[in-house]
Amino acid sequence: MVKEAERTLLQPHTTENERVQLHESKEQLLDMFSTMVLIRHFEDKTYEMYTRARIGGYCHMNHGEEATIVGSIGALRPRDWIVSFYREHGHILARGSEPRRVMAELFGRQDGVSHGRGGSMHLFDAQRRFLGGYGIVAGHMPLALGVGYSTKYRKADEITLCLTGDGAMANGASHESLNMIGLYKLPVITLIVNNLYGMGTTVEESAANPNLWERGEMYGMHGVKVDGMDVMAVRRVMEDCMRRAQDGQPCLIDAITYRYRGHSVADPGRYRTPEEVQSWREQDPIERFYRQLCDAGLITETERQEIEQRVEATVEDAVGFAENSPEPDPAGLLDYLYVDPPRDV
Amino acid sequence: MAEMTYRQALTQALREEMIRDQNVFCLGEEIGRFGGSYKVTEGLLDEFGPERILATPIAEGGIIGLATGAAMTGLRPVAEIMTINFIIVGMDQLVNNAAKIPYMFGGEAHTPIVVRTPSGAGHQLTAQHSQVLEVWFAYVPGMYVIAPSTPADAKGLLKASIRDENPILFVENVLLYNDKGEVPDGEYLVPLGKADIKREGEDITIISYSRMVHVALEAAEQLAESGISAEVVDLRSLRPLDAETVVESVKKTNRAMVVHEGWRKFGAGAEIAAQIQEYAFDHLDAPVERITGVEVPLPYASSLERAALPRLEDVVDGARAMVGKR
Repeated sequence: MVKEAERTLLQPHTTENERVQLHESKEQLLDMFSTMVLIRHFEDKTYEMYTRARIGGYCHMNHGEEATIVGSIGALRPRDWIVSFYREHGHILARGSEPRRVMAELFGRQDGVSHGRGGSMHLFDAQRRFLGGYGIVAGHMPLALGVGYSTKYRKADEITLCLTGDGAMANGASHESLNMIGLYKLPVITLIVNNLYGMGTTVEESAANPNLWERGEMYGMHGVKVDGMDVMAVRRVMEDCMRRAQDGQPCLIDAITYRYRGHSVADPGRYRTPEEVQSWREQDPIERFYRQLCDAGLITETERQEIEQRVEATVEDAVGFAENSPEPDPAGLLDYLYVDPPRDV
Repeated sequence: MAEMTYRQALTQALREEMIRDQNVFCLGEEIGRFGGSYKVTEGLLDEFGPERILATPIAEGGIIGLATGAAMTGLRPVAEIMTINFIIVGMDQLVNNAAKIPYMFGGEAHTPIVVRTPSGAGHQLTAQHSQVLEVWFAYVPGMYVIAPSTPADAKGLLKASIRDENPILFVENVLLYNDKGEVPDGEYLVPLGKADIKREGEDITIISYSRMVHVALEAAEQLAESGISAEVVDLRSLRPLDAETVVESVKKTNRAMVVHEGWRKFGAGAEIAAQIQEYAFDHLDAPVERITGVEVPLPYASSLERAALPRLEDVVDGARAMVGKR
């Protein structure tokens, strides 16, 4: 366990966050709120379906990370790109992909977003410019570099958001990517979903300097830490970073958050004390945002209940759709492997 | 037709494709001002500028990942890895990303990249700069591995590779860059995955690719002097593997020898021998012979280096012994 003195280094500071002004429309804010609720319910259902053997393989969930996800992805425009990693159910939902097609993918069905070839770790939605979840830690970061280069090459107005984990920051691929993104001044925002643990290893155990945002400067980027449990704080930082990225300054955001559950469904998380988990649950991003909205007079208990009911219906519909979607036909085992191959390759 | 070197044929192919399609760009270490470690991109920086001839830091994973991400968003990158030995550092990007993305996302994305790199021994380049590693990639479903042996094939296959939608490892050869040959002018495309019979013969089929094709051709010349007619099949592509052309040839000659520079066990010859026994077993008059590099890291001393690489006399003697068994 990490000593408390070291751990406080990573505790999000909340005083600044109190000052976040809500200038968005009520509709926008409630939309963000319901997306956070959707991710929570979807992941609850994912867990249930996993225990009922409807979902197999590795399965990493987003419980607790909703503010970081919705605050960042929600700020993007349709033309912007996302490159993500294997804990990405919430990421693709926040981007607006159909929950039923995401659930169908987890079920391994033909109607899934990756037609049952990818599963939990490899969700994709070309239409929404969600360029995939990847399973090799940090291995997706060079792809974001390439998407950013492509944007610059095509002289387009697009931003690439690369979501990555704190564990990835210890891997060489992160260095190669960030160095080249900074070198070429690409419109790429790298956001560390810093949930403090890479599997069971803490940031302090894997980073010589656990202040990961400080690496931004070294890569010629704007580096910033944000309270990843506060959706509006994340959104404001993201908006600022988007302006910077458009002006040719790449950014590195270190969003301090927490995953309530283990690394994957199979991990009981014995490397953390129940007290530690509880202390983070007390800062629950959905409850915090709800209080912020209540204080601003933008939501009522009834409205919240309506949102919860709507989301539950959406998730139930997703499960029903996934159950009824056909399993991929084994005759199509080799589909998608090559484009127009000359023969059996 | 014009006579030019293998290097010049590659440069011409790159230049023509870059003129044809604005989305084609090159990236790699030292490919700009330096002109490329083997000078394949020489002159292109002046013509196309630094955005399309992107000289990168020494970051093989970054290079291949950049290419893949750019390809997923509509560009046609041609990455140069200085030598195939260094590709190991970027292998994750090629194997786990470029080769997997089309399949694992159910055809929702494509990765039309070409990764050019020279393979094989030079002169005393030793253990970490002389390897033949293309078979590692030929093992991977989702990849294409192309390996031209002549200037004309170099041009035609590179142009076809740049236009193809699949991720391609394009294997050049350190010792072929200065080889000369006739190359068709302008638009000249060689289909990917089609082997080429470089010399026709009746008594034995010698199957090879890349530089070893020339060793096989020289051996065929010597064998002809002693009345043995050898057919030389240049695979030109390890994946897709044109087993059909190989099998048809073996059905005619009834003997097959595979010659390659890489290591023997689990090498290209093992797969080709397996295909031959599968599809031409009843036509074989002798076991399939393999002439390969010795399984050792390449040593420095010339005497040792020569002993570790496949030699002309091994091919000639081996073929004579096989035909003698008749």
